[in-house]
Amino acid sequence: MTITGTPVDNGVNVQALLEARAALSDAPEAAQFTWRATNEWINGTHSRSVVESYFGLGEEHRHRRTFTFEADHPEVFAAEDQGATPVEIVLVGLASCLTAGIAAVAQNREIQLRSVKATLEGDMNILGILGADPDVRNGFNRIRVKYEIDADATPEEIEALVAQSQKRSAVFDIITNPTQVTVEVTPADR
Amino acid sequence: MRTTTVVVGAGHAGLAVSRCLTELSIDHVVIERGEVANTWRTERWDSLRLLTPNWQSRLPGFAYRGDDPDGFMTVDEVVRFIEDYARFVDPPLVTHTTVTSVTRSGDGYRVETDNGVWWAETVVIASGGFNLPKVPEIASALPTDVTTLTPLEYRGPDLLPEGGVLVVGASATGIQIAAEIHRSGRPVTLSVGEHVRMPRTYRGRDIQWWMEKTGRADERYDEVDDIVRARRVPSPQLVGSRERDIFDLNALTDMGVRLVGRLAGISGRELQFSGSLPNKVKLADLKMGRLLDQIDEWIVERGLEDEVEPPHRFPPTRVDPDPPLSLRVGEVRTVIWATGFVPDHSWLHIPVFDRKGQLKHEGGVVTESPGLYRIGLTFLRRRKSSFIFGAEDDARDITRHLAGYLASRVRAAG
Repeated sequence: MTITGTPVDNGVNVQALLEARAALSDAPEAAQFTWRATNEWINGTHSRSVVESYFGLGEEHRHRRTFTFEADHPEVFAAEDQGATPVEIVLVGLASCLTAGIAAVAQNREIQLRSVKATLEGDMNILGILGADPDVRNGFNRIRVKYEIDADATPEEIEALVAQSQKRSAVFDIITNPTQVTVEVTPADR
Repeated sequence: MRTTTVVVGAGHAGLAVSRCLTELSIDHVVIERGEVANTWRTERWDSLRLLTPNWQSRLPGFAYRGDDPDGFMTVDEVVRFIEDYARFVDPPLVTHTTVTSVTRSGDGYRVETDNGVWWAETVVIASGGFNLPKVPEIASALPTDVTTLTPLEYRGPDLLPEGGVLVVGASATGIQIAAEIHRSGRPVTLSVGEHVRMPRTYRGRDIQWWMEKTGRADERYDEVDDIVRARRVPSPQLVGSRERDIFDLNALTDMGVRLVGRLAGISGRELQFSGSLPNKVKLADLKMGRLLDQIDEWIVERGLEDEVEPPHRFPPTRVDPDPPLSLRVGEVRTVIWATGFVPDHSWLHIPVFDRKGQLKHEGGVVTESPGLYRIGLTFLRRRKSSFIFGAEDDARDITRHLAGYLASRVRAAG
C-alpha cells in the first residue's frame, strides 16, 4: 500500500464494522439476521419484488425506503421484457456483494480506490429449463466475473482485495455452496 | 497426594515445562496417561515425518545432536528424541495414569486420576493440541456403506478398501495422506478449502529456517492482527522428505490426484463441492507470494543477497477449469477427514471455555482461573507454539508467570 498525505476514504465505516464484529462475537444471538423480499405476479412472466424490512440485532428494521425490482423474460422467450431476467438479477446480487466487499477490505487495508468496475457473465444451456434434456442443469454452468480496478496499490494487493472479498461474500457463498430451500404454499384470501 | 504443580502430559511440552520448573525449584509431578511421547507412539500414521528439520528440534537445555541436521524425523525417531529428552530432564514422572478430572479446590486444584488424587496449587495442561479429530457436522449425512477414517485412525493405504478415496482437507496432513493413498493405486480426490501453500525450500534454505530467521516464527499472540483467525490457520502444505520436494497442489495434480472444492454438502448419495476452488487457490498463492516478498525484503535489508540463491517465484496453482461439483458414493468408497484437530479438555471441569467450547487463555495463562496454564496449542504464545521447538520459549514464559503467581500467594498469605 502507498502512504499518502490524505487519509484513505472509500466511504466505508470500517471502525463501525470492526466494533460490530467484536460486539456480536459476545452476543451471537444478535448476529442472527433474516432478510426478506415479497414478490407478486403481474402478467405473463413479469413479476415485481419488493424489499422493505429485515430482522437483525434482535429487532425489526425498515429500509430508508421501499425498493422494487421488476423481473421478466426477454422477447426471444416470447415474453415482454419488462425487467431483467431473474438470473441476471442473481448476477447483479453477486456483483454488488463482491464490490461492497472490495470497498470494505480496501478501507480496512488502507488502500484508496479510484474506480472499481465489474463485468459478469453467466453461461446457461436453456435445454435445462425447457425440460428438453434431463442431463442439463437449469442454472448457470459457469459464472465469470471480471474486475477492472484503479487503486493506490500493487497488482498483487488488488488481486488480494478481490480474493478476500470473495472469501467474505454472502452471495458468493450462496452461489458456490448448496443452500436448503423450502417453498410452502398457502391458499390466498379472496 | 500434594504437590505445588501438576503437569498433565509427558510429551515434549510437558517435559520442557518440567525442566523449567526444576530450574525454578518448584516442586511438581508430571502425570502421563501412557508412556513418554504417548501420542507419537499410538496416534500417528506410519509414514509421517516432522515438518521441521532436525536442527530445529531443540528443547530447554537440549538439542538434536545427530549427524543429519537437515533431515526430518520419522515418528519412531521423534519418540526416541523425546525419550532422550525425558532421560535428560529426569522429571518426577507418573506414567500409566490418566487424569480424569481437574476441579478447583479452595484456592488450588484437585486433580483426579485413575490412580489416586492430587492436590496442587497450580496446574499446567500439556496434553497436546491435536487430541481429537475435528469432523464437520455434515459427516453424519454420509451413507453408511462409505468407510470413513480420521488421521488418528489412519495408518497406511493398504488397510483401506479398494476404490476411490476422498480426502477432505488440504493441510499438511491431507496432502500427505492423499499422495500416499494415490500411490497405492486408489484414485484420490482431494477436497480443498482454505489452505496454506509454502515451498519446502526457498533461496537454498529450508522454509522453516526463513520463518525462524526473519522472526515470523516468533511473532507473538498479542502482536498479530487477529489471533482468533491466526489460531485457526491450517498447517502449511509441507512434507518432511529426504528429497526436500516442493509438495503442493500442483505436485498432487501431476501425480493424478483430482482437486475439487470444499466439501459443501451431502445429499443422499451425492457429495457436493463448493465452486470456490479457484478463489481458495488464489488466496493461498497470494499469501505465499507475500511471505516470499517478506523474506526477500529481509535479505535486502541485511545485505545478504550474495550469500543466498537469487529470488524466484513458483508457478500459480493450476486448477481444472471444470472440477466436479459432485461425486457419487461408489466412485468414492472411503472418506478421510483431514479437517483438523482439537484439544481434548473434556476432563477440565472449570468454567473457562468460550461459547464454542474453546479454552479461554491469554498466551497460555488461563486468567479466569489463577494458577491454571496451558501449553502446546496452535499459536498459544507465538506462531511457532505448536512445533516442538516452539515449546522452549513458551515453557519458560509460562513457568516464569507461574512462579510469579506462587510468589504473590506467599506475599498475600504473609
